[in-house]
Amino acid sequence: MRRKKECVAMLLAGGQGSRLYALTNEVAKPAVGYGAKYRIIDFPLSNCINSGIDTVGVLTQYEPLELNEYIGNGQPWDLDRAFGGVHILPPYQAKKKSSWYEGTASAVFQNVGFMKQYSPDYILVLSGDHIYKMNYAKMLREHIRTGADCTIAAIEVPQKEASRFGILNVRPDGSIYEFEEKPKEPKGNLASMGIYIFGAEKLYRYLEEDDKTPGSGRDFGKDVLPAMLKAGEKMFSYRFSGYWKDVGTIESLWEANMDLLGEEPVFNVGDPDWRIQSRNPNAPPEYLGQTARVENSMIALGCEIDGTVENSLLATGVIVEEGALVKDSVVMAGSVIRRGALVESAIIAENVTVREGARIGERNGGAKKIAVLGRNITVSAGAKVGGGQILEGDFKGENE
Amino acid sequence: MTYSTVGVIFSNIHDENIPELSKRRTMASIPFGGRYRLVDFALSNMVNSGITTVGIVTKNHYQSLLEHLGSGKDWDLARKDGGIILLPPYSNETDKPYFSRLEALMGIKSFLEHRREDFVILCDCDGVLRIDLSEVVRFHEEHRADITMVCHEEESVQSSYYITLEPDAEHRVRALRINPDVNGKGRFDLYINLMALKRETLIGIIENASQYGFTSFGRDILSKNVDSMRIFGYPFKGYYAGINSLEAYFRHSLEFLKKSVRSEVFGAHDVYTKVRDSAPSKYSAGAQVKNSLISDGCTIEGTVENCILFRGVKVGRGSVIRNSIIMQDSVIGMGVWLECVIADKGVIIRDGRHLSGCEKLPYFVGKGRML
Repeated sequence: MRRKKECVAMLLAGGQGSRLYALTNEVAKPAVGYGAKYRIIDFPLSNCINSGIDTVGVLTQYEPLELNEYIGNGQPWDLDRAFGGVHILPPYQAKKKSSWYEGTASAVFQNVGFMKQYSPDYILVLSGDHIYKMNYAKMLREHIRTGADCTIAAIEVPQKEASRFGILNVRPDGSIYEFEEKPKEPKGNLASMGIYIFGAEKLYRYLEEDDKTPGSGRDFGKDVLPAMLKAGEKMFSYRFSGYWKDVGTIESLWEANMDLLGEEPVFNVGDPDWRIQSRNPNAPPEYLGQTARVENSMIALGCEIDGTVENSLLATGVIVEEGALVKDSVVMAGSVIRRGALVESAIIAENVTVREGARIGERNGGAKKIAVLGRNITVSAGAKVGGGQILEGDFKGENE
Repeated sequence: MTYSTVGVIFSNIHDENIPELSKRRTMASIPFGGRYRLVDFALSNMVNSGITTVGIVTKNHYQSLLEHLGSGKDWDLARKDGGIILLPPYSNETDKPYFSRLEALMGIKSFLEHRREDFVILCDCDGVLRIDLSEVVRFHEEHRADITMVCHEEESVQSSYYITLEPDAEHRVRALRINPDVNGKGRFDLYINLMALKRETLIGIIENASQYGFTSFGRDILSKNVDSMRIFGYPFKGYYAGINSLEAYFRHSLEFLKKSVRSEVFGAHDVYTKVRDSAPSKYSAGAQVKNSLISDGCTIEGTVENCILFRGVKVGRGSVIRNSIIMQDSVIGMGVWLECVIADKGVIIRDGRHLSGCEKLPYFVGKGRML
């Protein structure tokens, strides 16, 4: 008997995430830090292994080095399997043709060979830019029960935001009769989560056809799914009602981080029954000094805090010196906030130094606009970075 | 490593010094420093010194140690060649499980014979220190020593079994004493249960010992041969915490609240331990945490001062915890008051309880107890 996997997951991780600006200058969006110790890709990978899916192809294209290094052999997620496991799938040169991934569909199409190695019955397509906990096995059971050719996970969104999403219009039994891609005047508010399950053979066929269709954008949402619907394939929605957050923008990434704070956080990453696994940096426990004050915050290992931290998330090895204040902010691994500096409503990427007395994103009671400091930069002593400002290089302040 | 070296860690020796913590676990698996176990320091020193094969000698209560070590991957010791090799007690009808270090060594003779490395480091789990073991082996070679014993200057010792060295100016050990009366008589060189020697020398010692029926490494080998063998004392000058009583455990643990101690021992974050995938710790509005080491997965709503909190500890609202060590997954309710307490793993302290010890006699709450 040939060994096979019932379901293989294909994780789209090639996007640049251009709306995250300085945060994705050097890394693909799925490798962006979140929740003081995680990276975005930890969520789909943990969901996969927690759902019993142990074969995952990760489709990379944009700035893949760090993502590749992070995923490694997949051991942190138990995805270092002898048969199956996690595989990084970059675009490659083939005998007949070679090309970059033109769209989400062409990325998966180029790797049909990968999927076929496992003779799967079903293919799960995931995107690498959402924060959520979801049992894909439940969705797969629904897919099997309804006998669908394609099942799309969907979540109700507020009607006024519906025009930002791909909207599914469905019948009472959940079957889909219409797609609206970012409609100006949406008929419904059931948004596609970019999570699809296909019957494997069906998917291969439609990807092949799409590849032959001139003018196609090679995209699942815009091309492949509408083509399937048009051809009369059985397409169902799968309703999801838990926490789900697109972290494609600075605002939403900041909000998703803040969702982890509070007495009853909107989103819980510490659920022992659905562990979010990640590559754990090796660091000693965090140290809070004599002058430290830390409230309503999440602090990762290796931090050394002598200043004040409020409503913030500090990743591994962040240093906050005495007299510094970090408020309503996200500070990623290895960054240093020196004496007397102020950081307010900001996202600070890895290994940034904010020198003595510098002021980042100070609100003075004004509206919240998130300041962003890109990786490895230094903000000079006393320099002011206004709310909403995005820095990609060292900053000395306007007066120098 | 320039000098190919195999490590041997004794996980059980000195258990009797801290019965509170080693009753149901090996010395090696005593939790220390917020997220480590004592064996992590021994293993990390070896790994950071380029040793890639480590035999771990076990005797009893080693289930928690096995769980901790797993395949060894967290120390980068999951290797095709070498890595962590567990050496459980081997016995047939005639042999009894070992009681002394020498008997333990007799039990691992075939392990030592099958290795190819030139040198052996023997290390116990009663010390917390950061040491470059390749320097110790280099010292051993430079001094053409038969045995190199690492020593540290101390003022007192509480262990039930210890060895002091009297090295001359060239570090050659001229006198070696077992359990001498040294407390309160000034500084002395304490052997810190870390030794380097050639593998073939060690095998020779073991063979000799079984021929003559020796049982004590200290008395029958070291003490007897201090003139005939070239025994050297390697003076370790760095931070050393000898974990040889509950009081010493308490005192040395709280020393890690000093930056100098942390930066020396933790170095560039390269003390390795088992990974647990806990979420980062959460501090509530109203939490007050000062001068404390907090590990991941904690939830803190109360006041914590001069404490070490291990992974997954919960501290309820209105509770005040000072000068205490709270181990993994313990839950401190609301309005609790703790001073100089050591709570072992999984302890539950109910709302409103007040417990207090003192520095010399910390109040110990055993594993899994509910108060």
